Amino acid sequence: MASVVSIQNLTKTYGNGFEALKGIDLEIEEGEILALLGPNGAGKTTLISIVCGLVNPSGGKVLVGGYDVVRDFRQTRSMIGLVPQELTTDMFETVWNTVSFSRGVHGKKPNPELVESVLKDLSLWAKKDNMLRELSGGMKRRVLIAKALAHEPQILFLDEPTAGVDVNLRREMWQVVERLRENGVTIILTTHYIEEAEEIADRVGVINGGKLLLIEEKTALMKKLGRKQLRLELAEPLKILPDSLSPYNLTLSEDGAALLHEYQGEEGDGSIASLLSMLQAENIHFRDLSTRQSSLEDIFVALVGEQA
Amino acid sequence: MNVEAIKSIYFFEMARMRRTLLQSVISPVITTSLYFIVFGTAIGSRIQSIEGVSYGSFITPGLIMLTLLTQCIGNGSIGIYFPKFTGTIYEILSAPVAMTEILIGYVGAAASKGLIIGLIILATASFFVDISIAHPFVMAVFLVLTAVTFSLFGFIIGIWAKNFEQLNIVPMLVVPPLTFLGGSFYSIDMLPPFWQAVSHFNPVLYLVSGFRWSFYEIADVNPLLSLGMVGLFLAICLSILGWIFHTGYRLRS
Repeated sequence: MASVVSIQNLTKTYGNGFEALKGIDLEIEEGEILALLGPNGAGKTTLISIVCGLVNPSGGKVLVGGYDVVRDFRQTRSMIGLVPQELTTDMFETVWNTVSFSRGVHGKKPNPELVESVLKDLSLWAKKDNMLRELSGGMKRRVLIAKALAHEPQILFLDEPTAGVDVNLRREMWQVVERLRENGVTIILTTHYIEEAEEIADRVGVINGGKLLLIEEKTALMKKLGRKQLRLELAEPLKILPDSLSPYNLTLSEDGAALLHEYQGEEGDGSIASLLSMLQAENIHFRDLSTRQSSLEDIFVALVGEQA
Repeated sequence: MNVEAIKSIYFFEMARMRRTLLQSVISPVITTSLYFIVFGTAIGSRIQSIEGVSYGSFITPGLIMLTLLTQCIGNGSIGIYFPKFTGTIYEILSAPVAMTEILIGYVGAAASKGLIIGLIILATASFFVDISIAHPFVMAVFLVLTAVTFSLFGFIIGIWAKNFEQLNIVPMLVVPPLTFLGGSFYSIDMLPPFWQAVSHFNPVLYLVSGFRWSFYEIADVNPLLSLGMVGLFLAICLSILGWIFHTGYRLRS
């Protein structure tokens, strides 16, 4: 697949000396949903802001659809829609006016039918004549998405789209994202919620301290880094582990009633089969077993922890 | 040139004026009418005419200038400051528009509002005093140049200001003294020589004097010099804005 956004050795040092980005390389493929994970202050918003033209890069290069974001800003910004993190709205404007304004300021001729369909898709049609200050937080969030879609962008940046949004609305937003992807829109979202990345992203990138720690297909990532744990509830508690079990990565629970076996997702099968037969040979019986796969969240915490 | 974007910004700003009609149009008209009643009609009737022009008629150009300056600086600054304050400026900065196009949209709207109010006040004045305009074309040139220049000046203040106090400091603290001491209500010939000399450092003197000349052909300074000074101030504002756009000062880090 062709990459629609190409970020090359991007750095940003703010006026106060803060190094927000320390050389980011990232290729974003056309039509994918990419989730950028990272703690607060990791550089996610700075990265997005540079691609969208809100912040000037200190070094490196960003190409959008082959155009340079600084030199050819007209081409690149026409392709991009941005939903900012903060709920910033013109309090005294109506929903209809503010969304129409967004279209115009992106250089597109007025198109009431399109604005209507965007508003309907986001369940905002009934509120089109309301002033923005009369809307709830969730509704304002939808208005920001409508504004970002009003000029029919091919690439949509969502900076923490579901922060402070209730569960129903979050599900609805995911559906909106899914529909946009079906229409071929490339979507980049930043999030704190691992659940969100797990649910909708094709690829996941982890940013911390201004560096891209990894970028991987979500399923491959889970498989590669996801640790698995096998838990055996023993029929009779053990005091110590027999020596014959030492080759296995085993720990005994404090009360001696359970055995825990940690293994990498990939190497799975072999070790478990031999462990179980060894247990039988040692005459250790268990009454129950369960396995648990670590989630993206565990992976994320482990990665960010290593950094710090 | 992104004409659609300029149009969008311009009409978005003009819509704000319609929405705040009371504050943006009616209040300056009432204020100026009070000036006419007090200075023009009540006190003015006891003041002898200046170079053959009755006092009420004499102060009319100065009053229009006073309102035009205040309005243009106010509109020009709030237009860009408000999106900065609410954060909605992200949209304009991430849109495919050049800074000059943003400037044309905002400053065009601010100057248009100022001109509309200036003309309303001129019409209001004609109810109270006799107005004659000797050089309508020159008058229009002064009006438009002043409106554009001071809307640009307002735009600079709006970008520079970090809070509402800074935003208001120039229109509230700087403009009224300059206008009052710039010969809006008197001819500087009436001042002692020292203060006459000081007055020549006041840019508003040149505006009011030139503008008044287009009405009654009386002036404190040569009308061409007046025109030159407006042009100079316009050039200064444009160079400051050129620097702002080049460096991204307080807009893009």
